[in-house]
Order: sequence, then C-alpha cells, then structure tokens
Amino acid sequence: MSRVVVRGLEKSYGDARVLERVNVTVEAGEFLSLVGASGCGKSTFLRILLGQEQQSGGVVIVGDGPIVPEPTPQRGIVFQRYSVFPHLTAIQNLLLVEDFRSGGPFGRVFGARRRSARQEAEAMLERVGLAHARDLYPASLSGGMQQRLAIAQTLLGRPQILLLDEPFGALDPGIRVEMHELLTELWTEHGMTVVMVTHDIGEAFKLGTRVLVFDKVRHDPQFPSAYGATITYDLKLDRKNRASSQDVAKVAAMVGTTRLDSAIATTAS
Amino acid sequence: MLARGIGAVNAGQHAGQEIARAGLTRPKVRLRLINARVSRGGALFLGVLPFLVVAATYLIASGKRLAANPADKLLPSPAQMWSAFLDLATIPDKRSGDLILWVDTYASLVRLFSGVGVATLVALSLGIAIGFIPRVQAFLLPFITVICVIPPLALLPILFITLGLGETAKITLIALGVAPVMVRDITTRVMELPTELVAKAQTLGGNSWTMVLRLVLPQVMPRLINCVRLALGPAWLFLIAAEAIASTEGLGYRIFLVRRYLSMDVILPYVAWITTLAVITDWLLVRLSQAVSPWAHPVEAK
Repeated sequence: MSRVVVRGLEKSYGDARVLERVNVTVEAGEFLSLVGASGCGKSTFLRILLGQEQQSGGVVIVGDGPIVPEPTPQRGIVFQRYSVFPHLTAIQNLLLVEDFRSGGPFGRVFGARRRSARQEAEAMLERVGLAHARDLYPASLSGGMQQRLAIAQTLLGRPQILLLDEPFGALDPGIRVEMHELLTELWTEHGMTVVMVTHDIGEAFKLGTRVLVFDKVRHDPQFPSAYGATITYDLKLDRKNRASSQDVAKVAAMVGTTRLDSAIATTAS
Repeated sequence: MLARGIGAVNAGQHAGQEIARAGLTRPKVRLRLINARVSRGGALFLGVLPFLVVAATYLIASGKRLAANPADKLLPSPAQMWSAFLDLATIPDKRSGDLILWVDTYASLVRLFSGVGVATLVALSLGIAIGFIPRVQAFLLPFITVICVIPPLALLPILFITLGLGETAKITLIALGVAPVMVRDITTRVMELPTELVAKAQTLGGNSWTMVLRLVLPQVMPRLINCVRLALGPAWLFLIAAEAIASTEGLGYRIFLVRRYLSMDVILPYVAWITTLAVITDWLLVRLSQAVSPWAHPVEAK
C-alpha cells in the first residue's frame, strides 16, 4: 500500500543539478535513514516525497500511483523548525487535525465529533507526555516538547508515510535519546513507512532499518554544480542483528563526519 | 560525613568573608549606555519630562504675551481654552441648538471608522488572496504596487467631482488613502508565512479555504491590528483634509472654520481632543490584539 518506488529521479535548479539517477524502492513499514554531507540533496529528496517540490525528471510512485505534486494527508511531515502552529495551544494543535480532515467549510468539527476528537487528542497528548502542557502555546514549550507535539500531530493525521526532516537536529543530546525511544515506540505501534533525513550518523543507524547515503560520484572541477548527488550506499539493517561499528565507520567516512566515536556511541545506546 | 559537613560550613563562612571584604555584591562600574537599565520611577520621570517641558514653555510664553496684551489671541491661557472648550461641549449652539463638540466628534469618528473599516476589510481579503493564491498574485500585485504610489490627496478633487461633496467622498478618500499600504503589508505577511506551516497544514488535510480560516487568518490578525494602528495616523490626515474642504460639521471642519477668527482658544483644545481620541483608539487596538491573539503577546517576564 505505502510502498515508494523512485526511478531515475533528477532535480535541478536552473543549471545547478542537485540530484541525479536516484533509484530506490522502499517497502511498506521500512524505516529509512538518509544521510550525507550538507547540501547533498537529501532534504530536497524528502521535499519531493512530500510534494512540496517537483522532480525535474524521473518517476516517483507512492502507493498505487504516481506522486501527487502537492502535500497530501497520505504523507505526514515533521520539520526541524516551524513544525507546529504557533497560534494554537498544544491541545488545539492536535484538534486541528480532525478539524482539517472533516471540518467542512468552517474547518472545524462540532458536537459529538468534536468530543471524540478531543478524547483522541487528549489520549495522544498523554501518549507523548505532554498532558501537563495541554493549554500552553508552542512558544512556551521547550524544543523537545515542540517536536513531541509535532510528531503527535502528524501521527493523528494517520499518514501512510512519515517524513522527518532532521526532526531532532536542534535538540540537546539527552532529549534526543528520549525522542529516539518515543519515535521507535510509535513506529512499532503504527507500522507506517518512515523516511528520516539526519546529520547524525549514530541516529541514522540506531533508528533506521535501512541507511541510504547521498553523495556525488561525478565531479567537474570547472563547474561543481554540473553533477548532482545520488545514492552511493544502501545498507539494510536487521532489527536483531544491529549494525557493526565497521558499518558505522564506513558510512561516517563517506559522509565525512568528524565525530565517529559519538556516532558509534549513539548507535549502541 | 560530619567532617564534610563542617568543611562545607567553613567554606560558606569563607565565602561570606570574601563578600564582606568586597563590600558590595555589585561592582561599581559605569555600564555602557545600551546596558544601563531604567528603574520604574526613572522611566516614569523621563516619560513625563517632555510633556512638562512643552507645557511649561507654553505657559511661560502665554503668560508673557498676555501680560503685554490681555486681548492677545495667539497664545491663550489654559483657563481661556478650558472655558471655550466647555462652552462648545455643554452650551447648545445658538443657531442650530447642537452641542458643537459632540456633533463634530460624532461626525468625524463615523467618517474615520467607516473609512478605516472599509480599508481593513479590503486589506484583509485582498491581502490574503494576493499573498496566498499565486494566480491572484500574478493578477493584482503589480496593480496594487502602482496604486500605492498615487498620492491620495491628489484624488480628492476627482472624488468630490464624481461622488459629490457628501459623506461618500470623504469616507472613500480615507479608505483609498490607507487601503493600498495595508493591502501590501498583509500580502507581505501572508507571503512570509513559513512554507513549513503551509506544507504541514496540507498534510493534515487542509484545503485552500480551510487553511485561510485556520492558518492564515489567525496568523495575520496581530499584523492586521498593528496595520490599523499605523493607518489611523494617515486616516486622521485625510479626514481633516476632506473636512477642511467640504463639510458642515466635524473636528477638522471646526478647526479650519475658527481659524478665520484666530480662535486659538478653540483650535488648541480641539487638537488636544483629537490627540486624546487617537491615543484611546490606539490603546483599544492594542488591547484588542492581546485579546484576539494572546499567542503573539507572550507575557513578559518581570
């Protein structure tokens, strides 16, 4: 149902090519981690999957047909920043999901449907540990709480595919570990396909069932933007048999990270 | 355990001695101008000072002129101004039987708020449409940008010719005068909405219309109210200009009418009255913004 097939994907901005020859098949229920150096196009790839941007060439098939070139409820998203609505309190942010989904011309559900939406929202707040922050605006929530709210909101939309764009990039290491646990639990409960972009190699290995590395294979010294990045490494991980530190080291070398020790430590945590 | 406890006490005493030796908990240094905070009383004093200076200057100048010539009309004394103001507010006009101040105030405020109200509605609907819908943007943005640079007062004769000298022309002038800038401001604000929020709203199932209702409208509300606050300045300008040229009542009309008799004792209180009305309106709009968009006004930590 929520399988993603990408064939010969290309993306250019004017003369500058960002992605080229990207081929990948994502099975339903996989947890994909995308890593790569800054500016290698992994976020662009995610935005194409989201429908926020359109590919310049190639085919993207999501579920049964070609991708709809605009964001739809089929694919949920959690961004690093601006991931919740600042003008709504925590509970209102979650109620908004039902309001948008079946609120009709007023964008708001009433009566029995509102009560059931409220129950669902309260349960979800409880689930992500934000029951105490129910009536606070996002501005008074910490970064970690905002991201928890964002994930809760996205999951209430019941997407088939969950897209995460460096969702924990701005969080403290301790909070990050908490978020990893929460995300893994929710993924196990809901079983949707996840595609996560991250800078943190350790996080990629710890959470993902498959790690994709984006990098450029062709270089033109006279015109660096002539060639785009593609998938240079595709590593399937087994839930029982986790990645070895050699794998982590190999990917870290490809991405060019300098904090190999911390990456291995995160994977092990 | 005990030894450690004693040590801690000793350390505490030691620190206390150090503090005592230093004499002060705050070093006596001259802070940079940008870091020197103002106390509450200081802020009140500094805030009131300019008003006092202006008032004192006026009183001295007025006193000198009146001492030289008791019939002087240019700088009337506060008592003269107050009695003139009170006459206008409480004694019915001999000819029409109206309480002039209130008739003027009512007429002017109706014009002002009608004009600004129309402009606000236009700014809200056009601003959101232009900022949110690419087709409307391509269609109207260049037009609005050009309209913005037309001096509204240059349109006044055209309005008087086409719409007559009645209320419609004055209200239209105010609306035309402030609306284009407001439309542009709201458009900019809508275009500044983070693309992340718009993308997220779509993934939650929002369509163009429900996103306007639940995302764009609440997000532009604080900006819209701020926009109205800023627009009220020019709106008063256009109101007084229109009233000065063609009117039979209104605050601007009265000022320009009594100018012929050098009645500074009426003009100055009227200016003060207009200022008071403007300040009250502004204050009400701030409160409105706080009530409508509490999220945009986080409580400041004291």
